[in-house]
Amino acid sequence: MASLNVANGKIDVAGGAPISVSVHRKVFPPVGDRAAQLVLKDISFEVAPRSFLVITGPSGCGKSTLLNIMAGLDRDYDGSVDLGPARDRLAFIFQTPRLLPWRTVYENISLALPDGDPRQSRIAAMLERVGLGQAMNAYPERLSLGMQRRAALARGFILEPEILLMDEPFVSLDEQTAQSLRDLLLELWHSHPTTVIFVTHDRTEAIQLGTRILRLAPGKASVVQDVTIDLTEAQRHDRAAVLAEQNRIFAA
Amino acid sequence: MAPISTRIFSTPKPIAAPLGFTAALERLAWMAGSLLALAVLWQLIAVYVQNKYLPTPITVFDVLWRESASGDLWINTSATLARVAVAFVVSMFIGTAIGLALGRFKTADKFFDAWLILFLNLPALVTITLCYIWFGLTDIAAITAVALNKIPNVAVNMREGARSLSKDLDEMAKIYKFGWWKTLRHVTLPQLAPFFAASARSGLSLVWKIVLVVEAFGRSSGVGYRLSIAFQEFDVSTILAYALAFILIVQAIEFLLLQPLQARVSAWRR
Repeated sequence: MASLNVANGKIDVAGGAPISVSVHRKVFPPVGDRAAQLVLKDISFEVAPRSFLVITGPSGCGKSTLLNIMAGLDRDYDGSVDLGPARDRLAFIFQTPRLLPWRTVYENISLALPDGDPRQSRIAAMLERVGLGQAMNAYPERLSLGMQRRAALARGFILEPEILLMDEPFVSLDEQTAQSLRDLLLELWHSHPTTVIFVTHDRTEAIQLGTRILRLAPGKASVVQDVTIDLTEAQRHDRAAVLAEQNRIFAA
Repeated sequence: MAPISTRIFSTPKPIAAPLGFTAALERLAWMAGSLLALAVLWQLIAVYVQNKYLPTPITVFDVLWRESASGDLWINTSATLARVAVAFVVSMFIGTAIGLALGRFKTADKFFDAWLILFLNLPALVTITLCYIWFGLTDIAAITAVALNKIPNVAVNMREGARSLSKDLDEMAKIYKFGWWKTLRHVTLPQLAPFFAASARSGLSLVWKIVLVVEAFGRSSGVGYRLSIAFQEFDVSTILAYALAFILIVQAIEFLLLQPLQARVSAWRR
């Protein structure tokens, strides 16, 4: 935190070193009858600052594991992750919202910030922005899953993170809700550009959101494809354009 | 895995939503009506059998009034209350610490599980007798005996609580840099609260009962002591009068202290 310039409550995002990830080997230890399982092998990539990287692949290919390793939640692997100075300003939006059910939406967001932090004063505006202006004082379990996920987005963005890790944050929602959350995410990201690493198994979502896609394959335990997505904002909202791009990339 | 025999507590269920005023009134009316019916039944049987060992409710209330006016009721109840309070706090504190440690450290749990089973099944009478023999007829011995009976129950309950702590929320707290104090206060303790509340409620009723036995055995004050004197005199009216006072006090604590407390900590539930 000390290395960041937070004068006027704004972070200096002018600089920014790339994130570098290098996982030689990640093995799940044997459990019961199941033998040890090699999940990730010789994966190495860099992420440019303020880019939107999507890691995709079928379930069980190790994409969430990779994200946990990057977040520092999983330290049992061979390799190294260098997030640079941005590591102090990291937010993680999980597959389930992981809100504290005994705290209101507002309190949940507030707890993510240190006491007395200037960003505390921006919580209400942030909640308005994600469409939870009316639900600030509600307990999370009284809200729909879509609204809980909006709260999780607000908690991630209130930090004004340098790195935002997202693990299938829009899964198990109906398509319309998921789409509105994707739009919200892009809107928040455009107003606060940050390095996003987004895990999903949904190919359409990958193309709609990402500026670059890393594809993992389960058997290989490794990256099988690394492509840049070059769509305009309008094209990302155009089904045909997204589908064409999807065919181009995933046919390979 | 620990043997089945110590897994006697399931996850406490959330209490029902607070009753509306009309519903509460209706419940109260039912209770009052049913208690009144019981008193009438008792009165009828007592009048019918005409035996000095089955006094009428009116006689019992009379004794209750007399004991209260003479101050004996208050002296004895407050002595008992003080012992209950100390024994309760001590056993909740130690039992919670042990339970959390066992829930957290698997090796300790494997080792001490057998001890827990032993103490869970140790009859209260045995601990009471042994404590009096070893430590003398003192309040320390009395409270130790009660605590030894209660601690295993609290420990088993809190162990379940510690085991059910969410790893997901822990990771969340770590990512968002809660630090240990915020994590304890906002993440860990709220998850343990229902287990603690369940221990407290079952604990209070157990501690009360054992304190009376302890007092009957080796103290010269308290409700238990008074009951043992009444027993020697075959004074059934006094026994029933104290029992009644006792039930009223326990219920008052339950309604005025424990239930509002539990309602407060579980306000967030739907």
